[in-house]
Amino acid sequence: MNFLYFLTIATSVAVFVLIVQMLRKEKLKERHAFWWLGASLVSVVFSIFPQVLASISGSLGFGVPSNFLFFASIVVLFLVALQTSTELTKLEENSRTLAEQHAMLQLRIQKLEEQSFPRDQ
Amino acid sequence: MSISKTLIIMPAFNESSSISKVLEEIKANALGIDVLVVDDGSSDDTSAIANTYAVSVLTLPYNLGVGGAMRAGFRYARALNYSSVVQLDSDGQHDPKYIPDLLGALNSADIVIGARFAGTGTYSVSGPRKWAMKTLSAALSVVCKTKLTDTTSGFKAMGPKALKLFAQNYPAEYLGDTVEALVIASRAHLSISQVPVEMRLRSGGEPSQSPLRSMVYLGRAFMALLVGLSKKSKRI
Repeated sequence: MNFLYFLTIATSVAVFVLIVQMLRKEKLKERHAFWWLGASLVSVVFSIFPQVLASISGSLGFGVPSNFLFFASIVVLFLVALQTSTELTKLEENSRTLAEQHAMLQLRIQKLEEQSFPRDQ
Repeated sequence: MSISKTLIIMPAFNESSSISKVLEEIKANALGIDVLVVDDGSSDDTSAIANTYAVSVLTLPYNLGVGGAMRAGFRYARALNYSSVVQLDSDGQHDPKYIPDLLGALNSADIVIGARFAGTGTYSVSGPRKWAMKTLSAALSVVCKTKLTDTTSGFKAMGPKALKLFAQNYPAEYLGDTVEALVIASRAHLSISQVPVEMRLRSGGEPSQSPLRSMVYLGRAFMALLVGLSKKSKRI
């Protein structure tokens, strides 16, 4: 048991706690926290039981366990980025529709006001 | 249903220097057609100037791009039961005197493009940009099954079917309102035609002629074309 062992455990636990805290304080919604929570939970397990990581990566045919870890991290990061982009697309469409409706309502109010209180000229 | 009602939609983004000239021109042509100015989040007094005329002004809270402004206009037109619309730029590039020509051609097509390079006018583009535009027009002519010479023209008339389609689907991205919109229309089985118009130079000056920028332009245009083609075809 060396220093590095405890450092990885401490880091992964800290990340996990951070995400749970953000969830509790409603700074992060479950939908967005899903992948982060999963990834940090897995890293906690791997840091406490490195042999689990070694056996999984070995059985999948990875020569070095860290390669499996890199591969898995990239997949997770890719999925999170993709999800963020689709959410952004949806939000852009929503804000576009809101802007349209806002402008139309404003014009309607303006016309109603002109009808009700005609400017004296 | 009432008889055919037409609305002129003018997307305007910081056009305070040219919009009154265009509005005067429309008035002088005595077309008797309602006008809607869509102020696309301008920071100047485009809205205020437009409001001094007998037109409706739709003021978007922030800039959405030409496509965004136009879809807002299409939705407004649908809400107020207009049956056809004409898109006219606020920079003075388009001459309102051609509007009757465009509307006339709308009897036999769903979308009519006011096109340069179709015989009328002296407007010329040269060099790499010309070839980029020609390549694009050739590709879109195949997709739309009709000869088009100016696919990036913003001077267009749209009938009831196109209005209904575009109120639902009108891309806000760069070139989405021209290239991609035409692809969406043709894939929804709308008929597209063009009439020759003369266009004037924009007050903002000529677009860049450099080969690199023309390549980028062509690349983005084909990107818009491919995106349009890859989308599920829309029903009206």
